[in-house]
Amino acid sequence: MNTFRLHWRKSLNLVMLTLTGVAAFAVVSVLFLILGYLIYNGGKSLNWDFFTKLPKPVGETGGGMANAIIGSLKLLLLAALMGLPVGLMAGVYLAEFGGKTFSFIVRYTTDLLNGVPSIVIGIFAYSLVVLPVKHFSTLAGGVALGMMVIPITVRSTEEFLRAIPGSMREAAMALGASKWRTIATVVLPAASGGILTGMLLSLARVAGETAPLLFTAFSNRYWSPGWEQPVASLPVMIYTYAIAPYDDWHRQAWAAGLILLGLVLVANLGCRLVLSRWGAARSA
Amino acid sequence: MSTATTLDSVVPPAAGPRAFIARLRHGDEVAHVLTLIFAALILLLTSALVFELWVNSQLSRTKFGWMFFWTKVWDPIFGNFGALPFIYGTLVTSVVSLVIAVPLGLAAAIFLAELAPRKLSDSIAFLIDLLAAVPSVIYGLLGIFVVVPIMRTTVGPFVKHTLGFLPIFQGPNYGVGFLTAGIVLAIMVVPFIISVSREVLLTVPREQREAALALGATRWESTWQVVVPWARTGIFGSIFLALARALGETMAVTMVIGNDPRISASLFAPGYTIAAVIANEFTEATGNLYLSALIELGLVLFLMTFILNGLARILIVATERGGGHP
Repeated sequence: MNTFRLHWRKSLNLVMLTLTGVAAFAVVSVLFLILGYLIYNGGKSLNWDFFTKLPKPVGETGGGMANAIIGSLKLLLLAALMGLPVGLMAGVYLAEFGGKTFSFIVRYTTDLLNGVPSIVIGIFAYSLVVLPVKHFSTLAGGVALGMMVIPITVRSTEEFLRAIPGSMREAAMALGASKWRTIATVVLPAASGGILTGMLLSLARVAGETAPLLFTAFSNRYWSPGWEQPVASLPVMIYTYAIAPYDDWHRQAWAAGLILLGLVLVANLGCRLVLSRWGAARSA
Repeated sequence: MSTATTLDSVVPPAAGPRAFIARLRHGDEVAHVLTLIFAALILLLTSALVFELWVNSQLSRTKFGWMFFWTKVWDPIFGNFGALPFIYGTLVTSVVSLVIAVPLGLAAAIFLAELAPRKLSDSIAFLIDLLAAVPSVIYGLLGIFVVVPIMRTTVGPFVKHTLGFLPIFQGPNYGVGFLTAGIVLAIMVVPFIISVSREVLLTVPREQREAALALGATRWESTWQVVVPWARTGIFGSIFLALARALGETMAVTMVIGNDPRISASLFAPGYTIAAVIANEFTEATGNLYLSALIELGLVLFLMTFILNGLARILIVATERGGGHP
């Protein structure tokens, strides 16, 4: 009886531990499946036209997504201009100036804002920018994405500022620098590598966002000069092309997917490698 | 002569050192207030978000009241709007995704925190973070062209054959529907469960494991009966976080759920979620009531995720401070 029970416990141990390993490798293999599928299908359909041509009218094959590539860049530029300064300054406040209660509220709100579904952010940008002027615009898309950039920037900025040792601040202050000068000339430069990487990561995240653009930036099959007109973006193009019934559009959706995923993953990979190096150098 | 000029330039003529320090303090205060304004801006933006959702859903809220949540009809032509099919679809897809993602994610997190050597664990965690960075429209793209055909031809018939006696696995199988959406969602939320649970499991003190092993427990018993219960609050936190993600996920679900506002017991049936209906119908909404009903759905979605995220944060913070054990 006792040996049977021991046997049972040992086999259970082996089975369960093996299963945990299988689970971990199964999840990781999904990443490679995704990559493989996109490289295979996207690589097949990627050509030079994709980067240089406008979309062709419905029914004609060929054409590209040059306008969507530029559109995505414009939207990201707006998001960076609006979201990054707010995130940076709020992060500096939390790390360097913040009192207890108010900082707690700001931090908590930031986390909650980070969890707000992107489609709800889209509704907000719609009612803020689109409703008053009654038309979709690049600006509205930029506002939606900018809002999503803020929470990640705040938290990464705060984290990296806090990682700067107090002795550096004390050294600067001992030399007679004011608190503000200490932050601006000693603490921020020392943390700049981490802060910039954090910012890039937040931009990489919003670069793939589709839902908040559907009814803010909308889409456009032509060039969109200025900031007042609807604009095409890669994620929205992937969505519209994937659900359309044309084979040639599916082909282009795969190509656009490959480009988008490639950019997002390369940015993530680079940032995370830099961050881990940076972290190792700091703790060494 | 030369000493006199140096002195002149060092000491400001009319002010003196005290005023100099005061000016610096003044600069500090300016910086303090400036950064404070930006921090307050985040609170302002979040309040404005709630305000806009509330005000712009006014029309629908006054017309339908609480019945909005109990009505099954979604009829833009006659202006009758009920949220029930969408709330149902949102909940069902999220529950299906959790049923798949929680065991998978927890098992993977246990492997990474308890078994794998630190280096392997770190590299796998790195890859899983990358998986979390994949844009949702890419999941949708793969969902339409890879998962839906597989569901239609292979997984669907197999599940029907083996578990077809259950009411949730009956009815025609189109490939798109609650089950497909749930599976795609599961893949999307599993990275969050893994990375948060792994962090939480790693904070469990070594002594806990050693004590269990010293008492003769096997590795699995020490993990399952000692380490996991110790970390359970944080693990629940990670599940709430994943649930909040699943509820609000838009693009991938929109592309594979079939977009049909019906309530069906079968998981094979096509359905609709709150996020999907907003994504599909917002630009086509004719009339203020229609738009207002969609915005009220947005408000519902916002409140659901707001509450879940709030709970998740509290649970995770509580465990990491060491208060998670009984």
